[in-house]
Amino acid sequence: MKSLPEITDKVKKNLIWKSIFRRDYRNTVRDRAQAVFGNVFLHLHPVQVRESAVKLRFTWGMGGITFFAFIILVITGVVLMFYYHPSIEQAYTDIKDLEYQVPYGVILRNLHRWGAHFMVIVVMIHMFRVFMTGSYKAPRQFNWGVGVILLVLTFLLSFTGYLTPWDQLGFWAITVGTNMGAATPFLGYQGPFSEFLHITPFNDVRFALLGGALVGGNALLRSYIWHCVAIPLVATILMMVHFWRVRKDGGISKPQK
Amino acid sequence: MNPFIEIITQPDNIAIVIMIFMVSFFMVWAFQQAFHNDRLLAAGLPVDGENDKFVDTFKPLVRIELIIALVVMVGLTVWSILVDAPLEEIANPTLTPNPAKAPWYFLGLQELLVYFDPWLAGVVLPSLIVVGLIAIPYIDINPKGNGYYTFAERKWSIIIFSFGFFVLWLLLIVIGVFFRGPGWLWYWPWQEWDHARVVFEPFRDLSSVVGVDSRSMAGFIIGAVVTGAYLIGGMVAPYMYWKKNHPEFLTKLGMIRYITIVFLFINMMSIPIKMVLRLVFLIKYVWITPWFSI
Repeated sequence: MKSLPEITDKVKKNLIWKSIFRRDYRNTVRDRAQAVFGNVFLHLHPVQVRESAVKLRFTWGMGGITFFAFIILVITGVVLMFYYHPSIEQAYTDIKDLEYQVPYGVILRNLHRWGAHFMVIVVMIHMFRVFMTGSYKAPRQFNWGVGVILLVLTFLLSFTGYLTPWDQLGFWAITVGTNMGAATPFLGYQGPFSEFLHITPFNDVRFALLGGALVGGNALLRSYIWHCVAIPLVATILMMVHFWRVRKDGGISKPQK
Repeated sequence: MNPFIEIITQPDNIAIVIMIFMVSFFMVWAFQQAFHNDRLLAAGLPVDGENDKFVDTFKPLVRIELIIALVVMVGLTVWSILVDAPLEEIANPTLTPNPAKAPWYFLGLQELLVYFDPWLAGVVLPSLIVVGLIAIPYIDINPKGNGYYTFAERKWSIIIFSFGFFVLWLLLIVIGVFFRGPGWLWYWPWQEWDHARVVFEPFRDLSSVVGVDSRSMAGFIIGAVVTGAYLIGGMVAPYMYWKKNHPEFLTKLGMIRYITIVFLFINMMSIPIKMVLRLVFLIKYVWITPWFSI
């Protein structure tokens, strides 16, 4: 029988372990710094942060929680995509299958649904916190704007996901929502001044959103692609900018008087 | 079952109940810290976080991030085990539910449809909200209160933002979720939904108050004058006030910022004004034109 240190030694002192972790961690200043900037995931952080960033009181952790909710939604969303066809013949029965056939399908869908609600709530509270601490003020003005667009994208992500189960709830919510598009001034067929541009139900904003004059198969495909590919892509790029700018603008805001 | 219990225990509405609790909690926490810092400022002491030391990211920050992630994950998992996401009947274009509600975070906008035509409630006002939010850092020239909670040093910006955030956004969402029934009519929590309920709406337009048909030329002119007076008066009145009382503030603000702030503000205030006009004075439209109505 070997002792624990011997086993650890065996595990750590070989070519494979060393190729992955490069060096041992000792609790020194240098190694604590190395642990952050030598790790692709942790290097979003600076090596040292102000105490307020560690206490919950100031930030409430809301920005980080929003990002974490987004990660949960990406993971559960990708798994859901394995079981889903964006067509009106199959979409609804696919969701039923999740309920009755797929192992843990119910939990999977629940996590995605409640995670989405949760993300909308925490992103709104994050905005409230940033406002209340005046953190949008110089030099962070631009990053506030990026954040507002990310807030809108969060709403749109949730909204486009609404239609995917192809049930009454989603169908009518999307119908109500996209009817707003028809009221756009100039560009929607019911909106003011649209007659000057010869806008009809077949060439207006709503038609572009739905891929048709009514919510149908094209609308389902469009909302699916916006939901799973296009908006997450844009949101990811903006999140990169958002986090990058938090660092470049001096980290978590500190009292400036 | 009591209709109110039925509404708040609907799976999707549990999220709104959670939101109400979370938002109230963080609102109290924010203002409590703001007043705490205000007392420190008044005493000439440094505010919270001003004399912060630096700590290592690894492990204090990484540890707390891991703990929060675990708490969130466990919370969401428990929520997902206890409550199942609803799945209604398959989509049926021939069967319109009443009421047909938008997703909960858009119910504030759907609520605006009561007071404004769709082109305003669904397109123009939401666009102005987004533009206005992005504009905040550029129009707020108060350098104080940067990086700490405070109320005393930036009273007006906090009051205006809180009014928009808590009243015009969150309160309207709560109304849309819990108090709107068939036909988007108001239902108290203890009232049963009645699909046959018809409400006689004795609404009139602004010019009919003085006895002029709102669709006549005279009505058109009255509406135009009132709307124009609101817009122009709203743009000019703050200028007169500041010019008289705080001319130095106006100089610091500059013309472009002034126009942006006041334009956004009078658009924001048009919402409560339209609400009062409709709910108290039973006035539907202020101005009817052949192209649009306000």
